[in-house]
Amino acid sequence: MRQIGWNWLGVLPFFAFALLFLVLPTMNIVIGAFQNPQGEFTLANLAGLASPRIVSSFAISIKISLASALLGCLIGFAMAAAVVMGGVPRWIKGPLMTFSGVASNFAGVPLAFAFIATLGRVGLVTILLRQWFGINIYAMGFNLLSFWGLTLTYLFFQIPLMILIITPALEGLRREWREAAEVLGASTGQYWRMVALPILFPSLLGTFALLFANSFGAVATAYALTGSSLSIVPIMLFAQIRGDVLQDPHLGYAMAFGMIVVTGLANLAYVVMRTRAERWMR
Amino acid sequence: MKRVWSWAALVVGGLYFLLPLIGTIEFSLRMRRGEYSLDAYRSVLSDPNFRATFSYSVAMALLTILLGVLIVVPTAYWVRLRLPRLRPVIEFITLLPLVIPAIVVVFGYIRLYNTSSVLPLTGTASGTNLLLLCGYATLALPYMYRAVDTGLSTLDVRSLTEAAQSLGAGWVRIIGRLILPNVLGAVMSGAFLSFAIVIGEFTMAALLNRPAFGPYMQLLGANRAYEPAALAVIAFAVTWGCMGVMQLISRLFGTRIQPT
Repeated sequence: MRQIGWNWLGVLPFFAFALLFLVLPTMNIVIGAFQNPQGEFTLANLAGLASPRIVSSFAISIKISLASALLGCLIGFAMAAAVVMGGVPRWIKGPLMTFSGVASNFAGVPLAFAFIATLGRVGLVTILLRQWFGINIYAMGFNLLSFWGLTLTYLFFQIPLMILIITPALEGLRREWREAAEVLGASTGQYWRMVALPILFPSLLGTFALLFANSFGAVATAYALTGSSLSIVPIMLFAQIRGDVLQDPHLGYAMAFGMIVVTGLANLAYVVMRTRAERWMR
Repeated sequence: MKRVWSWAALVVGGLYFLLPLIGTIEFSLRMRRGEYSLDAYRSVLSDPNFRATFSYSVAMALLTILLGVLIVVPTAYWVRLRLPRLRPVIEFITLLPLVIPAIVVVFGYIRLYNTSSVLPLTGTASGTNLLLLCGYATLALPYMYRAVDTGLSTLDVRSLTEAAQSLGAGWVRIIGRLILPNVLGAVMSGAFLSFAIVIGEFTMAALLNRPAFGPYMQLLGANRAYEPAALAVIAFAVTWGCMGVMQLISRLFGTRIQPT
């Protein structure tokens, strides 16, 4: 019996740390979301989330996350497929993977600066488009501090993440499957539609969920890019923590709780899909 | 036909990634009217606030790595040796920081450790520094744990431990002199990733009001035109350096952190 007691002691520091700096703070917010200022149980805060301001912030956040996840998946998939099976020289894969490793971690404030310097009002691409092609993207209604601007910026870390995750899955597609399909008379389109995509589907859906969560929780890039002009959820929560802009602390906890629910569901979808995908990757 | 599409995807994607980098570099050189110069870099590098915040963040990053190693290596080792049934639980906890947004975690810190609480960490500067350090260690936890656990999987932990014990080594000695050196490559790759994450971190530092590099960059971005581009180039170089070294190490030691 003494042995068991000793064994538990070995992981005590880890659990103490996780409890103090991860679990308890999060629980505190979750509990706060279900309490009124007197500390009694209530659902009023969650009902308060239905206010138009908060609903619209969740709506635009979810829209941006969906768009950047979808585009990130499509473009990332195209690039990964090009490298794995597209007949381009083999040496491209190494640098692409290395670059993806770097770029998927290049988020936050500097990323916003990079896009302001590129697509801002006096950015390089904006100016070149005007001088070379006579296209004034700002006159056409483009604005970096908008839905599309933010989506375009998020793609800089979304696409590389997709490439990093989907490349191994693409490499897991066995040559035998393709050959078997061809022997049975399948065209390339049929092979993709009836063999490859169904196998890859869990991976694709799972990665999509992960990318969604990834951009939903991003604060720094959006804040440095738009200040507080675009009220997406993390920006609003940021303002709420700094200065109680909702004028109700418990509404802030409810909002944070809503964020956990969204990212939690997305991550759950990722884990479930990943388990399914691994069935084929043995 | 297939090859054409492949090249098209790579060229379009490549342009998307290259243009912002070129744009940023070009913009950072534009400070002097009519010619390219390094004025923006000179201005940034001579700013005492840059030096103060950058060294603050470097120090925080190093401490984060130290704390991360102290927490993760003994735990991962112990779980493999004695509590294998606990592994899924530990793994789940280490993945939580990827699920719970950092802004929510730090919100919890502010509420839990405020000046009227049992543990009023936010009351003093050093207390808040400690809190931020622990916050960073949580952010780094998923990467650190995965790296170390992958490293440990290449060792026969049980035999190594028994051999060391039969030679009379204690636990501290086993972990410090035997396990740690053996997973050093894995630890290093986790460390560089943590460094890259911590050095530019914005949300936690800003909400805890600490003079870190991330909030400094944001402030400069709101007030200046060309310096932010120079900062972005510097930050990108730091990230690139960290990840480059990490990949080099993982290639040398043969361990690799899988992306989430």
